[in-house]
Amino acid sequence: MKKHDVPQDNSKTYQGQNKLVYAVDESGHYEGVKSSGWEVESFATQLAVDDLNEQTNEALAQAQRGEVSPLAYHMLARRFDIPTLAGASGFFQWQIKRHLRPAVFAKLSDKKLNRYCDTLKISREALLTLPSQ
Amino acid sequence: MSEPMAFGLASALTFAYLPFVKISGMPLIAYRMPPKTIIKKVCKKLNIELESRKFSSPEAGMQALDDELEKGNLVGLQSSVYWLPYFPEDMRFHFNAHNLVVYGKTEQGDYLISDPVFENPVTCAYDDLKNARFAKGALAAKGLMYVIRSAPSQCDLAPVIKPAIKKTAKMMNGLVLPYFGLKGIRHMAKQIRMLDKKPAKYARLYLAHIVRMQEEIGTGGAGFRFMYASFLEQASEKTNTPALKECAEHTTDLGDLWREFAMLAVKYCKKRSDINLDEIANKLEQVAEQEAKLSKLLLNAIA
Repeated sequence: MKKHDVPQDNSKTYQGQNKLVYAVDESGHYEGVKSSGWEVESFATQLAVDDLNEQTNEALAQAQRGEVSPLAYHMLARRFDIPTLAGASGFFQWQIKRHLRPAVFAKLSDKKLNRYCDTLKISREALLTLPSQ
Repeated sequence: MSEPMAFGLASALTFAYLPFVKISGMPLIAYRMPPKTIIKKVCKKLNIELESRKFSSPEAGMQALDDELEKGNLVGLQSSVYWLPYFPEDMRFHFNAHNLVVYGKTEQGDYLISDPVFENPVTCAYDDLKNARFAKGALAAKGLMYVIRSAPSQCDLAPVIKPAIKKTAKMMNGLVLPYFGLKGIRHMAKQIRMLDKKPAKYARLYLAHIVRMQEEIGTGGAGFRFMYASFLEQASEKTNTPALKECAEHTTDLGDLWREFAMLAVKYCKKRSDINLDEIANKLEQVAEQEAKLSKLLLNAIA
């Protein structure tokens, strides 16, 4: 990549930060050049973020209708999915899937709830309720 | 020593497609060796004595960090991106193998951090840093901490450069498994062709994931190919090998080719009708061919 080809697209995802890119200057030598973002990269990031937000909102709506437990929303709101939450909390995936059912979640022991609180870094009250909208 | 030089000496350039390590439900795609390996290798090559420690108790880990800072040492840490509040919201996800350097503490007790992703130093509160260091899950850091104990006053880079290049060239040819090096790239091209049979939304997210792994993670762009080119240029001067300069130019073209691949992939994500999965996969196979050529050029250059 030539130095003058380094994209400066002011990506929203960088939040005003710059990133270092190595590029070739006029004399053919490499040097570090600051880039304020690349449209291609930020589109990919945005697509992934939008998808996560969509999933989170869907889980929130489902939890409000009582179809899934609040855990479904809090898990996604903290950018976890079932495999990553299983890794981070020490529960098995099948346990988490069970806990996503409102009836099962309502009867969870304090010990298990605390494990979720620790992993998600939220208070017990927050875990048991949904944000009001 | 420059970042590209360290990168090159550690033979860090590679490609790995790991379907069994999941990052947000997608395979882990790496364009370089894990940072832990890079740090260790550079230190070994340059006779730097490095101490690395893991901790079972978060409190002990934070105490050890404080102790080192008090002695005036710089401390390298492995941490999770998600729990570092100074990261832009859109870049926070559960990725545990992010490395940073702590160089001190403010009067309020916040840590002063030099993070490779940011141009300027950032600060982080005790609890947040603790959470980030001791996040569990895939690639968990377990509080991993590095401190340099002693370093030779001067070192001669020239004799270690060529073996490092040789290792990279050989690694690109791949191991037995189809997930590494050239085979890994071709495997990924095959996966892209098969996206046909998946829901359109999954196909778009999958391609976006590849582009993020290539461009967003780390510095330098094009999956570290530009950084390696910069290393080859320096290596050519240090060892007086003009052939390496040609390799650097080839690596630059290779980086450009990776970026073209990213552009095509994102074009597909944008639902443009003038692009299909075969074209993207073909581009990637072209990349694999050029990587193969690079491997040969490198071996010839140092022979």
